[in-house]
Amino acid sequence: MSATFIGMPGNFPQNSKKAVQNSQLRFNLRKATHTIRGKRASVVGELPDWQELRAAGKAIKDHTLHHLDRYLLQLEEAVTRAGGTVHWARDAAEANRIVTDLVKATGETEVVKVKSMATQEIELNQALAAHGITAYETDLAELIVQLGDDFPSHILVPAIHRNRSEIREIFLDKMPHVTPDLTDDPPALAEAARLHLRERFLRSKVAISGANFMVAETGTLVVLESEGNGRMCLTLPETLISVVGIEKLLPSWRDLEVFLQLLPRSSTGERMNPYTSMWTGATEGQDFHLVLLDNGRTDVLADEVGRQALRCIRCSACLNVCPVYERAGGHAYGSVYPGPIGAILTPQLRGMSSELDASLPFASSLCGACYEACPVAIDIPEVLVDLRAKAPHAAAERAGMKVAGWILNDHQRLAKAQRAATRVRKLVPKRLPGPLSAWTDTRDIPEIPEESFRDWWERNERA
Amino acid sequence: MRVALFITCVNDTLFPGTGKAVVSLLRRLGCDVDFPAAQTCCGQMHVNTGYREEGVRLARHFTEVFAGYDAVVAPSGSCAAMVREQYPKLAKPGSRGAAAIAEVTPKVYELSEFLIDVLKVQDVGAYFPHRVTYHPTCHSLRGLHLGDRPTRLLRNVRGLELVPLPGAEECCGFGGTFAVKNPAVSAAMGADKTRSIMDTGAEVLCAADNSCLMHIGGTLSRQQTGVRTMHLAEILASTEEAQ
Ligand code: SF4
Repeated sequence: MSATFIGMPGNFPQNSKKAVQNSQLRFNLRKATHTIRGKRASVVGELPDWQELRAAGKAIKDHTLHHLDRYLLQLEEAVTRAGGTVHWARDAAEANRIVTDLVKATGETEVVKVKSMATQEIELNQALAAHGITAYETDLAELIVQLGDDFPSHILVPAIHRNRSEIREIFLDKMPHVTPDLTDDPPALAEAARLHLRERFLRSKVAISGANFMVAETGTLVVLESEGNGRMCLTLPETLISVVGIEKLLPSWRDLEVFLQLLPRSSTGERMNPYTSMWTGATEGQDFHLVLLDNGRTDVLADEVGRQALRCIRCSACLNVCPVYERAGGHAYGSVYPGPIGAILTPQLRGMSSELDASLPFASSLCGACYEACPVAIDIPEVLVDLRAKAPHAAAERAGMKVAGWILNDHQRLAKAQRAATRVRKLVPKRLPGPLSAWTDTRDIPEIPEESFRDWWERNERA
Repeated sequence: MRVALFITCVNDTLFPGTGKAVVSLLRRLGCDVDFPAAQTCCGQMHVNTGYREEGVRLARHFTEVFAGYDAVVAPSGSCAAMVREQYPKLAKPGSRGAAAIAEVTPKVYELSEFLIDVLKVQDVGAYFPHRVTYHPTCHSLRGLHLGDRPTRLLRNVRGLELVPLPGAEECCGFGGTFAVKNPAVSAAMGADKTRSIMDTGAEVLCAADNSCLMHIGGTLSRQQTGVRTMHLAEILASTEEAQ
């Protein structure tokens, strides 16, 4: 059973400090993110109309969010008409209860899972375990995280922080049929996982999935994946339960055209993803349940600046280009949504009452690389700055900022402060005290000049 | 052309040499340069750290000080981006503040933009016989979209050998108060940046923002690398006579 992020202690600066000192982690992350970053850049560069596609993706999502109530009802009707059952879940507890009851009703104690962020967000596996139901992850990276009793650290590649030899160790330790002659070659590792999973697919009567998109017009759900394991889960079991965030909606079938281009290029750097599964309602021999999850999303929708985070299609492009994510690693964010999107989505969904969540909007240098990479043009820096204004600030910082604001509000006060600094310029120590020691731990401070520009100008030009 | 300098509070207080370089460069190119004495700070630190109210007050002050000039030139990509990109988001649409912002902000230029787009010069007649590498700071790159303007200017400097910086587009880790709030990650980013700079074998690291240079330069100096940092204006202002 993989660990959960519930009640993670600490804050981002503390968590990332540990990660920065782990050279193996830094190496793994740098290698992985730079590889995928390069692939993404080259396939995005191939499309002359990328910026138009991006604008179209943004516009479709904004339109949908604006009329979300209407499209959700349309979806419910279409899914019901096609023989599926729709459930509405206000929060994680309600969603977990609905799914648990549905599984219990089948009499099964095991379920297979298609990789899904929504079920991770609500900690469904743990909720099921509390009722004696074991959930088996079937996505390779998700499986590695689950077997290693670890936290996911990336949206698309949850085990990105692990390298091949670490994965081999986990398999040796946790897979019953694996023998010590297993090498750490990727094909060998994949084969071991395949054998391990095959048995599960054939045995399982219940599957749980999420969805990348839902089409309101037809009631169709869409899952994009690279391994084909999801497809096995979606088709073999007798009961299929999909837990999907309400923002995953698209109005019409035609809208998919835009997103089936945007998503694979942004996420895996492929022109097209290998497996696209679509299903509408219940198919013959299978029961279908759709659990529509709110869990804070309508609150996000109510926020004028922050609501753009709901356009996110979880491609993880922003993580792969983020210099902070690259050094801090995903665990530092203490949420299933790490990186730039996590820094704005998590505090919006969970609020900022914990120390960790309040530190997330500051986990960025505002370099803007995420905004540039985002296929639906979410202005992540803009939302970060907006959340910073709402986040709690330490009293000492508030006082300092007030003083700085007061001095800067008047040029005469500023000039006085500059002259005062000049007078003590020889006395400034090489190592500064308090929060400023963070600067002098690794950097020299610039020398205070003999004269400010403004005084120089006054002396030369106005004389 | 009557040009107002927005020297920025960081340059004014810590890097007056950059301001002096801008003055001599623009005068050499025939501009009538003024320094409105009432200027202070664009408010970037306050807004970006979550102190919007103070930021809005500073923005209002800025628009009052710089109303009525043909052009406002700032030797800082970051502060120019603050004014041009973020100011319009600070005022209520239709308000008086919004009108003042709409009036002033289009006339605010970062130095290399002003030289190339307004004065239409690419060769400013500079001489600087050194090996230089250029770091395009994030706000210059992605906020202002300066593109190759700064390097076009550097290529026309006599004697200067411009060497490409590997991973140039990656953030150096300064990020204003980020450097203090997340020191471990900031230092790690700075260390990677200085390693790339060392790989070029350059004597001088140049950028259009002294804040980033202060962070990278502080790291270079702590590591005793011997690499100097210089603002773009200082290189462009230097001439054969001055050497
Ligand atoms: S915020 Fe944008 S780039 Fe990041 S995961 Fe979401 S869609 Fe992708």
